[in-house]
Amino acid sequence: MIAHIFEERCDGCNSCVAACPTHVLDARTDGAPVIARIDQCQTCYMCELYCESDAIYVDPDQLARPTITPQAILDGGQLGRLRHDYGWDQDAAPGEGHLSDFWRLGPLLREGAEIATRRYAAFKADRG
Amino acid sequence: MSEPHGLDLTADVLIIGGGMAACWAATSAARAGARVVLADKGFVGTSGVTATGGPNHWSVAPDKRAQAVEERHARSFDLAERDWMARIIEETWRALPELTPYYPFDTDGKGGTFYSGVRGPEYMRALRRFAVDRGVTILDHHPALELLQDDDGAIVGAAGHARLDDRDWRVRAPAVILATGGCAFRSGLIGSHGNTGDGLLMAAEAGAVLSGMEFSASYSLSPAWNSTRTLPYFAARFFDAEGQELDVPPPMSGEAAHLKALARAMDAGPVLADLSDAPDLLKQLLRRIQPASLPPFERRGIDLFENRFPIRLFGEGTVRGTGGLQIIDEDCRTSVEGLYAVGDCATRELIAGATSGGGAQNAAWALTSGRVAGKAAALAALRMGKAAPGKAIGRAGLRPAATVRAIDLTPVVPAVQAFTIAFDGTLWRSAAKLEAAQERLDELWRDMADHGHARGLGRVALREQAAMLASARWVGAAALTRDESRGLHMREDRPLVDPAQARRLLTGGLEQVWTRFDHAISQTQLKEVAA
Repeated sequence: MIAHIFEERCDGCNSCVAACPTHVLDARTDGAPVIARIDQCQTCYMCELYCESDAIYVDPDQLARPTITPQAILDGGQLGRLRHDYGWDQDAAPGEGHLSDFWRLGPLLREGAEIATRRYAAFKADRG
Repeated sequence: MSEPHGLDLTADVLIIGGGMAACWAATSAARAGARVVLADKGFVGTSGVTATGGPNHWSVAPDKRAQAVEERHARSFDLAERDWMARIIEETWRALPELTPYYPFDTDGKGGTFYSGVRGPEYMRALRRFAVDRGVTILDHHPALELLQDDDGAIVGAAGHARLDDRDWRVRAPAVILATGGCAFRSGLIGSHGNTGDGLLMAAEAGAVLSGMEFSASYSLSPAWNSTRTLPYFAARFFDAEGQELDVPPPMSGEAAHLKALARAMDAGPVLADLSDAPDLLKQLLRRIQPASLPPFERRGIDLFENRFPIRLFGEGTVRGTGGLQIIDEDCRTSVEGLYAVGDCATRELIAGATSGGGAQNAAWALTSGRVAGKAAALAALRMGKAAPGKAIGRAGLRPAATVRAIDLTPVVPAVQAFTIAFDGTLWRSAAKLEAAQERLDELWRDMADHGHARGLGRVALREQAAMLASARWVGAAALTRDESRGLHMREDRPLVDPAQARRLLTGGLEQVWTRFDHAISQTQLKEVAA
């Protein structure tokens, strides 16, 4: 669930309020949005993806209210990491689009299933 | 119902929902010349199960289509239609390249362009931009609460609550497309919090019929604390808490063997996954392919390919289950005049039969149903002109049948999950289990319909509870009537397929839920689809 919005990083654009699909956040006329309905948070990280200031942090536990401290979030080095991994914080390098490996998803999924199938056959043979 | 200073609009086509089917419907209706309003509960771009996923579409080169259709039809338990299957492949093949100005399509690894698989956030962002460029009016955070119906029974718009502005809205339109997604019964499945069956309830209040609701036993595997995508799990080994390896058949095994083995083990205690056997290339590229798979681990200091961790199955309800509103023609009309259904809120039996269309088929269905309904709704609306005046027809939670009274909602989610999400009632259904659970749901429904009432924003959450109750009752009634096992419907007291029941099962009704088998399936003729 959304754990914290860093006021000092937030520019008050309210993109996260708009982008949150489940209406967790409320805008304020001045300052950072407030986490108003945490029970509606589905831990989808979409607010992080849409925050160009990297000011919002989602704790990965969707079943419990977050207890992590702002300092621990900063120390963890994960603030803005997801948006960076998606490539939404920078243009792609020439010839290396952010989605240039996406076609491998299907083949890798099938390869995983084949590994499981082979291993299971051996597992069953072992057990007689 | 209407409050002062509300938003009042007219349109040719109103689309309710904001996922991929809604957006494809919107762009198609706009191209056909309609003034289009799209009203979504959340934000078009992040709403729904596509935004957090990465759908592959069933998109097959022309020379391989006939074979693809035959192979898939053979696994549909005789409830799919070849013509519809061929149609969604063809339409998807044609449509995806149209997104080129908006989506960064990249290599297919063979010197061509990879169109069929897209990453969720970028795909939905692209569809939003495409719709905006086509002149669609997007209303984010405008959950619909109820439909408007004229004296002849035709749907002529919808009304709801604009939750960021805290005011009511009403859009009058002679054609309405429901694209509200499947119902995941608040299982915690990623992206599905808003997927509460709202469109099914609204349509049923207008008299619409549903089909295939019994085909709803579907799950996806994730770390126990955060639902994610399933790519990393295909080569997984599984262990109990004592470190004993579990006997779990591989993911592609028949008769839900993989799923049932995991569910049995989880009922007995925690189950841990070990991903160390995953393909090496996946270990290197997961971050580039599916970045959102990583935060649940990195933010807990877990190496997902080195450390064992507890897992959970998140129920998918009718999202990857197959039931939804009955489609009565090739334009995706429902049984109610002026009302269309697309994507996961429509039945996908047409293309998946009794099985899950999860993944590629459902995405191709969402795209195609959206486009054909968008065009047909636009042409119908332009012929009709202005929408007739209509009356708001929402009942449960909005206009209680008896005295208003505070109702306890805490039992609702556990009750609706009894045979849609909970393992025992979903994977091992029986008449006895279904009857007991259904009795409980009928009581809760009665309470909601008689006494449930909220104002302002509170109506949104209350209607979600009502919609889940209604949806679960249709699942239960259909599961009880279909006295056999077939595809995603598994009855432990009727473990075999009964050839006499190779028909679609219809359901509907609110006060009294009814079921009846449909007539035998006929193969509809293909017609020209939106170009």
